[in-house]
Amino acid sequence: MDFALSEERRMLVETLERYLRDRYPIETRHAASASENGYSREVWEALAELGAVGAMFPADAGGFGGEGEDISLVFEELGKALTVEPFLANLLGGTALALAGGQQGLLDNVIAGVTTVTLAHGEPASRYALHHVETRAEGGRLTGRKAVVPNGDSADHIVVSARVSGDVDAPEGLGLYLVEAGAEGLSRRGYATVDGGRAAEITLENTPATPLGEPGQAGDLIERIVARGVLAASAEAVGLMQVCCDTTLEYLKTRKQFGRSIGGFQALQHRMVEMVMELEQTRSAVMLAAASLDAERADRERALSAAKNLAGRAGRMIAEEAIQLHGGIAMTWEYPLPHFAKRLVMIDHLFGDTDHHLERFRNFA
Amino acid sequence: MQIRFSPEEEAFRAEVREWLGGALPPALAEKVKGAKRLTKADYELWHAKLHERGWLAPSWPEEWGGTGWTPAQKHIFEEECVRANAPRVVPFGITMLGPVLIKFGTEAQKAHYLPRILDGTDWWCQGYSEPGAGSDLASLKTRAVRDGDHYVVNGQKTWTTLGHHADWMFCLVRTDPQAAKPQEGISFLLIDMASPGVEVRPIITLDGEHEVNEVFLTDVRVPAGNLVGEENRGWTCAKYLLTHERTNIAGVSYSKSGLAHLKRLAAKQKSGGKPLAEDPLFAARMAQVEIDLTALEIFNLRLVSAAGKGQAPGAESSLLKIKGTEVRQEITDLLRRAIGPYAMPYVPEAFDEGYNAEPIGPEDAMPLAKGYFNMRKLSIYGGSNEIQKNIVSKQLLGL
Ligand SMILES: Cc1cc2nc3c(=O)[nH]c(=O)nc-3n(C[C@H](O)[C@H](O)[C@H](O)COP(=O)(O)OP(=O)(O)OC[C@H]3O[C@@H](n4cnc5c(N)ncnc54)[C@H](O)[C@@H]3O)c2cc1C
Repeated sequence: MDFALSEERRMLVETLERYLRDRYPIETRHAASASENGYSREVWEALAELGAVGAMFPADAGGFGGEGEDISLVFEELGKALTVEPFLANLLGGTALALAGGQQGLLDNVIAGVTTVTLAHGEPASRYALHHVETRAEGGRLTGRKAVVPNGDSADHIVVSARVSGDVDAPEGLGLYLVEAGAEGLSRRGYATVDGGRAAEITLENTPATPLGEPGQAGDLIERIVARGVLAASAEAVGLMQVCCDTTLEYLKTRKQFGRSIGGFQALQHRMVEMVMELEQTRSAVMLAAASLDAERADRERALSAAKNLAGRAGRMIAEEAIQLHGGIAMTWEYPLPHFAKRLVMIDHLFGDTDHHLERFRNFA
Repeated sequence: MQIRFSPEEEAFRAEVREWLGGALPPALAEKVKGAKRLTKADYELWHAKLHERGWLAPSWPEEWGGTGWTPAQKHIFEEECVRANAPRVVPFGITMLGPVLIKFGTEAQKAHYLPRILDGTDWWCQGYSEPGAGSDLASLKTRAVRDGDHYVVNGQKTWTTLGHHADWMFCLVRTDPQAAKPQEGISFLLIDMASPGVEVRPIITLDGEHEVNEVFLTDVRVPAGNLVGEENRGWTCAKYLLTHERTNIAGVSYSKSGLAHLKRLAAKQKSGGKPLAEDPLFAARMAQVEIDLTALEIFNLRLVSAAGKGQAPGAESSLLKIKGTEVRQEITDLLRRAIGPYAMPYVPEAFDEGYNAEPIGPEDAMPLAKGYFNMRKLSIYGGSNEIQKNIVSKQLLGL
């Protein structure tokens, strides 16, 4: 047993960490978040050049990573810097391209940072149900609505799930399709999200689309794409938690009330300890999930649901405690911490919340 | 033991409800219900309606315009107002300064300020906290130096809620830096916000809103007649203010309307083809918080009833505050969970009056995540929950 990172991965982490530390202060992040696309194209391209995008995909798909550990390391670093660049969108969309095959040229461009892709899967009525798809595919054209699509307002290409046959909740009868952002009959309503990101509602009306893989057979593919999303979001949560804990600890040491640092109050010391304990629990669960990403289905899904459940539970606790232990300062926009806390809590709204994954964990027992 | 309200009290409730039905403009109630931004004019309108009916300051003595209600009546009144989605009464003049002036002010101060609070001439804000003095309020540094008929005030206040609307600020200042104990050198001053040297700067909160401010005071000349109580005895006023009217601190009415909202939402939201309200895990969470709220309401009524018998609530009100804020925060957490992925969209303009673009996702979704984050303040201000626990362990438990 060895939890140490390989040399390549250690270098990737260091490179990413250094770039984000030096080139991506919180002001840059806020400016990127407030810009039209909600992220900085320049930063995205620079990170792609450093290999952060390629690390999300395996060698046979043109990347140089793609294992659970690669994905979790990248997203943990992104979380630490509160990055708004469209990594999650491109992980999802890119994984669809990689798993379905047949679009290597496009995927190469994604990895190179010259084009972007996202996945439009969730729908207004699907909540967190994995296979709830009402959007229809008929004669190579799609009609339906997609909800809260990550970076759906700026992505150049959109992978859309649609139903070829079967009941709205059936895992069977689903297809994945590639749609161009400017395609006929496609309209999108972009908006900001609470955590500083961007998303879109996407409407398709008889929109021309290219099938990815065999139409009707995408149920399992979708599960494996979302699995990567679950891992990425949980790992990002670990990075966010780390910052929440570090910032709070530092504040406890420096903020003085009643003539001493507030970290001298045992009531707060114990709460800080509990935050760190929950962080370590989540980190450990994410390590197991990362190692299980390519395992047999039940093992994989259980480990992922465990990680996401913990990310939700511990995430809420750490976000709330970090704010509380700071007092008023953490209620301000100007202070960075609450932005980390907001993203941390919003991760509970991606790919299934705490309860959803508790249930899913039980179902795979 | 009689755990229900008396028939007289229920009749009073009906009277309040009927009045609210006629007096509260439906458009304003809609704004409150939809968690829209309220303007200064919205608050002023509602204060004026209450004042017209004589119900703006239930906790003042009748001679100054109070209602003479029992604690139970005040409780019922508050409950009905929240239920009807009335805007809150801005507390700074009515619930905070008013009682202090009535207890410690000179006759001239009472005669001058109290009617102006009631008729809306003066909007007040609370200048207690400073960057270095939050929980440890007594360490405040803002200095007031006597100069003839004036005090000259220098320093900085912060977190001043709605200070950007205020005409006046009641302020704690240090008049004797040499006092043996920090509490002993503090005075309670009334500062005209239009005085030269007063500068208000907005603080934007984590949810992007402007509710609180920093107030910078540079050589502000304040007439000595604006001192309330004795010089260096301001801490007594401050403490009185902080302990006054603590029976409503639990916010039970807000939790009740929040829970009702949550139940409606959970009945409408579908999870796995069924209403979310039937999801066993979510249903259990809702039931749990309802149990806590039910017990909390009885606890609150116990203190209301004791207050009716003349027993001033002591450290028990700290228990109310802690549990009350925990329950309210838990409900905001369930609200954001209930809405699922649609907790994420955030369009700042959607909180303005007159915004009528098609909602993104379910109609009630937009305010929920924002509300969850905003309500983190409940356990921080008004004496943080940690400070409340210190009070309970010391004063109630003798630890
Ligand atoms: C939205 C909002 C509105 C406000 N409005 C006003 C206003 O209108 N006027 C005004 O004067 N003030 C206002 N306040 C200020 C509020 O009263 C202070 O934020 C509060 O007193 C806490 O002080 P602080 O923020 O400096 O935190 P600190 O006092 O620095 O506390 C930081 C943390 O340490 C904990 N702590 C401190 N001392 C102890 C101890 N002895 N034992 C254990 N834990 C401890 C606290 O509980 C907290 O968790 C407002 C605050 C907010 C957030």
